[in-house]
Amino acid sequence: MITGHLLSIDDLTRESAMGILSTAKELAIITEGPNKKLPTLRGKTVVNLFFEDSTRTRISFETAAKRLSADVINFSAKGSSVSKGESLKDTAQTLQAMGADAVVIRHSSSGAAKRLADTQWIQAAVINAGDGTHEHPTQALLDAYTIKQHLKQDSADLSGVKVLIVGDILHSRVARSNVLLLTKLGATVTLVAPPTLFPVGVENWPVKISYNLDEEISKCDVVMMLRIQLERMSDSFFPTAQEYSKRYGLNSSRLARLSKDAIVMHPGPMNRGLEISAESADDLKSVIIDQVKNGVAVRMAVLYELLGGAAFGEAKS
Amino acid sequence: MIISNAKLIDGRLVNIKIQSGVIHKIEEVQKSQKISDYDAKGKLVIPGLVDLHTHLREPGREDSETVLTGSMAAVAGGFTAISAMANTNPVADTAGVVEQVFRLGKAAGLVDVNPIGAVTKGLHGEQLAELGAMADSIARVRIFSDDGKCVSDPLIMRRALEYVKTFNGIIAQHAQEPRLTVNAQMNEGSVSARIGLPGWPAIAEEAIIARDILLAEHVKSRLHICHLTTAGGVELVRWAKKRGIQITAEVTPHHLLLTDDLVENYDPIYKVNPPLRTEKDVMALREGLAEGVIDIVATDHAPHPAEDKDCEWQAAAFGMVGLETALSVLVKTMIETKMISWNDLIDRMSIAPARIAGYSTQGQLIAEKNHANFTIIDTDRSWIVNRDKLQSQSKNTPFNGYELPAVVTDVFHNGVQVLKDGAVVSRGNLAND
Repeated sequence: MITGHLLSIDDLTRESAMGILSTAKELAIITEGPNKKLPTLRGKTVVNLFFEDSTRTRISFETAAKRLSADVINFSAKGSSVSKGESLKDTAQTLQAMGADAVVIRHSSSGAAKRLADTQWIQAAVINAGDGTHEHPTQALLDAYTIKQHLKQDSADLSGVKVLIVGDILHSRVARSNVLLLTKLGATVTLVAPPTLFPVGVENWPVKISYNLDEEISKCDVVMMLRIQLERMSDSFFPTAQEYSKRYGLNSSRLARLSKDAIVMHPGPMNRGLEISAESADDLKSVIIDQVKNGVAVRMAVLYELLGGAAFGEAKS
Repeated sequence: MIISNAKLIDGRLVNIKIQSGVIHKIEEVQKSQKISDYDAKGKLVIPGLVDLHTHLREPGREDSETVLTGSMAAVAGGFTAISAMANTNPVADTAGVVEQVFRLGKAAGLVDVNPIGAVTKGLHGEQLAELGAMADSIARVRIFSDDGKCVSDPLIMRRALEYVKTFNGIIAQHAQEPRLTVNAQMNEGSVSARIGLPGWPAIAEEAIIARDILLAEHVKSRLHICHLTTAGGVELVRWAKKRGIQITAEVTPHHLLLTDDLVENYDPIYKVNPPLRTEKDVMALREGLAEGVIDIVATDHAPHPAEDKDCEWQAAAFGMVGLETALSVLVKTMIETKMISWNDLIDRMSIAPARIAGYSTQGQLIAEKNHANFTIIDTDRSWIVNRDKLQSQSKNTPFNGYELPAVVTDVFHNGVQVLKDGAVVSRGNLAND
């Protein structure tokens, strides 16, 4: 069980992370039945507080909360008082006054979720749904779940799995959370990017660093492609989209060099033709749709554990 | 006025007689003690501290600090002279604004308030401010700085260095290469990589220091480096001094004690520009200060209202208040570690800054005929910093709850007691000697 908040993968032990994954698995089995809904969080209010647009993450959390019978409020910064300059503190206090039990926060500022949890602004459980260029812990959990589902179904963890994460490591909260979680679960991680897209200080991470995708592509069990944002080009992180795609994109020739059982992942949304070709995204090796599906189960597990729903057996009945 | 039982740094116990703002007589204490006006009870007396880097926020942001509240904070910290940075609103880039600040300082009457003039109009870095007019004004400005912003254009920097030679001025550079620090939030290194905040690399500071050293050498003018924070910067200044280039440098108390791992909880109380660096940098700064490569300590006292720190990291303002903790932090980091003596501390916090700025009545030893600007410290006591008890109008100290050594108990400014037993003497009660 986890208690309090989920702000960073650092909050989790190996055991608590595995616990979430197994809770998610049980919840997934239940919700595959004809009645997808559980009464577990009836009477609880979950607020999706999104200061950045992210339709897919918001919908995933919303679906997860609704399947557990929680009331869901979507608070989007766009068009709300936040765009008129209301502070995070005032927004948090407003949600507190309205009786939120959990706040799922997406914010462009690294550490915003941690601030919500550390200050006295709000008492609710805080779930980090992506803070700036820091972390996105539920994405890492759903990625670990998906890797386990495809490659390590019967193992205790992800020991021995070789994961390649390719792309904009510098700005990626997905990469940070995945490095922490996958290594915690026994996987070995190699990061591939042009040197401009690694943070200074990455040498202290428990990973291998490479600038060359072609040298690594055939050695991995999992290749996770990160979304590349085109505005990085104007900041001279790389010369052109074509050059990036050519050197760091997952195209059909690289796809062909993957080992037989390897899987292709992407946190979405994809730039087809840029970091991932259409044929790679749609290939049998691609588990991208599974990631989306598993996201709901994993987020259900997180909400379930944090909000301390009814005992699990009870929920099943 | 006679102050009895004051201990000099050489250990002698003396009575100090002040007359007309000047130390008239110093006599060793005899056994049969005469009655005095104020008994220092054996506490240490040192020259009044001099700060060359203070943000007072007036005019423009009187909600964070005024010249009066800043003066009160200065007195509480043992300072007898401060230097008001130019980044007010309006910017101190004309004789009118610096004279206004100067007059407000006189009206507050607690410490010398010496305005610093902007180098460029509006701090925009494009066109020189009225340097000569500010120098000739009643404020007699000699230090010019765009602090908060770097004079990044090399040609403007060159011209400024040249121009101020007429009146023996000095350019105090906030060394920050702007293109290397776009949206920068904290020191670039392992911590920023892990917690995902945009990095402010050490080289962005060092690149400007290196360039300006060469410019100062070329035009033979005086350069002062504000708030040095990196080991590499210390190396560069050491090199420049060996070459005989006219360069001086300052370090803040917070950069002598705090490191970037404090940022991990994203508490904006640790958000400051230049940012907190690594342990290695802190040690290099301490060594640089001990060696004299770094000439002075300056507070970079930067008051901000609560709402500018009670928010998420990126939305928060850069800066920390520092006047009231500076001396204690120096005792903790430099004296208790035996890196410097009290003699050195007095040099770095009073004598050297007064000399650099040309504050002729400040930075004088406790000796007959010298101006009576001095501070009495209880070195046997420590105190626990309580931000709510600060004199500064803003409470953004990173040291809240810290136990720090040495308590400033009394301050005499031009012979008038402005701090008595730890309490600021309010203006109406200021007595003449």
